[in-house]
Amino acid sequence: MISIKLAYRNLIGAGLRTWLNVVVLSFAYVVIIWHKGFLQGWDEQARRDTIEWEIGGGQYLQQDYDPYDPLSLEAGHGMVPNDASAEINQGRLTPILALPAAMYPQGRIQSVILKGIDPQQRIIAIPSEALSVQSSEIPAVIGSRMARNNRLAVDDLITIRWRDANGTFDAQEVKIVAIFRTNVGSVDMGQLWLPLQRLQQMAQLPGQASILVADKRFNPTQSYSGWILKEQKILLQPIADVIRMKSIGGLVIFFMLLLLAMLAIFDTQVLSIFRRRREIGTLMALGMTRGQVIRIFTIEGAMHAVLATVVAAVYGIPMLYYFAKTGWKMPEMVDDMGMAIAETIYPAYPAQLVLGTILLVLVAVTIVSFLPTRRIAKLHPTEAIRGKLS
Amino acid sequence: MNPREIVKIQNMSKQFPMAGAFFTALADIDLSFRAGEFTGIVGPSGSGKTTLLNIIGSLDVPSRGSAIVLEHSISDLSHKRAAQLRNRHLGFIFQTYNLFPVYTVYENVEFPLLLLKMPAAARKQAVQEAIAWVGLSDKTDSKPPQLSGGECQRVAIARAMVKRPELVLADEPTANLDAKNSHNILQTMEALNREIGTTFIFATHDDKVINYLRRKITLNDGRVVKDEIASGTAGKKAKS
Ligand SMILES: Nc1ncnc2c1ncn2[C@@H]1O[C@H](COP(=O)(O)OP(=O)(O)O)[C@@H](O)[C@H]1O
Ligand SMILES: [Mg+2]
Repeated sequence: MISIKLAYRNLIGAGLRTWLNVVVLSFAYVVIIWHKGFLQGWDEQARRDTIEWEIGGGQYLQQDYDPYDPLSLEAGHGMVPNDASAEINQGRLTPILALPAAMYPQGRIQSVILKGIDPQQRIIAIPSEALSVQSSEIPAVIGSRMARNNRLAVDDLITIRWRDANGTFDAQEVKIVAIFRTNVGSVDMGQLWLPLQRLQQMAQLPGQASILVADKRFNPTQSYSGWILKEQKILLQPIADVIRMKSIGGLVIFFMLLLLAMLAIFDTQVLSIFRRRREIGTLMALGMTRGQVIRIFTIEGAMHAVLATVVAAVYGIPMLYYFAKTGWKMPEMVDDMGMAIAETIYPAYPAQLVLGTILLVLVAVTIVSFLPTRRIAKLHPTEAIRGKLS
Repeated sequence: MNPREIVKIQNMSKQFPMAGAFFTALADIDLSFRAGEFTGIVGPSGSGKTTLLNIIGSLDVPSRGSAIVLEHSISDLSHKRAAQLRNRHLGFIFQTYNLFPVYTVYENVEFPLLLLKMPAAARKQAVQEAIAWVGLSDKTDSKPPQLSGGECQRVAIARAMVKRPELVLADEPTANLDAKNSHNILQTMEALNREIGTTFIFATHDDKVINYLRRKITLNDGRVVKDEIASGTAGKKAKS
């Protein structure tokens, strides 16, 4: 108690210097919590959206289908396995057929991927029910980015050209029946969603598909020959990788700020032990042991972290709370590595993150505060009282 | 019957290592101090006064011989036991006051009692009493930077006296004070010596102090050259 009070008074008494240290340290807190919280929010959002819109509870990919290789698309399909039909009928799996094509918006040519999806499916959020209209034109739904990039609106007709299973080119008009908004670019840009059966007919690939998407409440384990199971965790891995890479950038800033604060506090401690050696001698004359004096100075230094926590809380909590509520507007088209990104990201600050950061800073500051006090252990009280340093 | 002997120094020397050799700061000291003394160690600068006071105060140890303070052999005390001895039984007053600038008068005086873990009620009473002794009851909430040198030294006296130690060691307590404040300080200490019975040992070469002493030990080159009864008249004059 006595040490804490004296330490506190001395620290406050040191004025500007203390506050400089404290403010730098509080920046370190707020920056790391904000940055980590932002990434956490992004990560959660990206996972949620990706599961919702694209991968569900996991996917089976037809063995020749590689979503990252457009050249594979031509051959990337096969018969939907018979033994999967029960799962499909019960709404636990839904087949999607992917096929390369070209479309001609306003006379330009643009390559697209046709995706055939069951209009009745409820597994991913693509509004496929809009495809159940009965009409002579082929109905299609597209994402808003695809619509904007190609100036397409609902009811627009657009010519598409594809090659069927025999390699014969064929062309027809499709009609945009709905435009959906999603954060998941990979189901939006360059994608034209058509009714599955229509696409199968167009391509002369009856009963075939490229992907089987599992419902998100369903954990697919069954294996089907000719199909490769990609578990949800594997499919989400790229998100984790991007987040990890982004975190490193934040950590660098955090450690630089922390290092700066550590250096400043170390320097403050060295200086204060040097300047206050007479006080140290007096404490010893009054009956303190060296250990007790060391404790006072260590607590005094460590208290920077405590004050920084308070200061960071004063401006950090309202600020972080505000961002968590209103979200952080992302600039247009920050489409990092195909990662799902919302227009607004809502940072999330788990208690573990906040407490962990506080603890880390406290420990680091305590160590840095303690190191210079070893000088005190070598100090002879008589010399200290005379203001000399041995 | 003589009062209790509280300090006994026998055949004691103190040397400091210096450029490969030794510098003898105190040589063959034999001294004894009894409870209730008001004694000064006088002598020119460099004669060893501070060194002697530091050893009595368990801040330093003899190189040879022995120093027994309140039944403790200074040479044999561990760092912790020496701190304990100072904490419980010794008071220090320095030329430079050495107050905590960030503490109020009250907190400065309270500090030794906190170290002693005295209960709050008793502590409060003792602090107020000690501050009253030195006549600073109207300044309890001031901090040292707001006080004059004389007031600071009075706070230091209150801090040394608050735990009612057996022995107070004062190293050149008036060296930074003007005549008026020096007399004031000495009268205060003399009164405390008389009323509470605290033993005072000074190191000084200030004539104003010397006039208050009842015993005067003269050091020269680290040796006791004179140990005499003094009149202490200045104090009596001030009293009447
Ligand atoms: N720690 C030390 N190391 C070396 N010499 C010292 C030390 N302390 C005191 N001395 C020397 O011992 C002598 C006596 O010093 P001191 O006791 O301070 O004298 P005084 O208080 O009478 O002026 C001085 O010559 C001083 O330089
Ligand atoms: Mg001296």
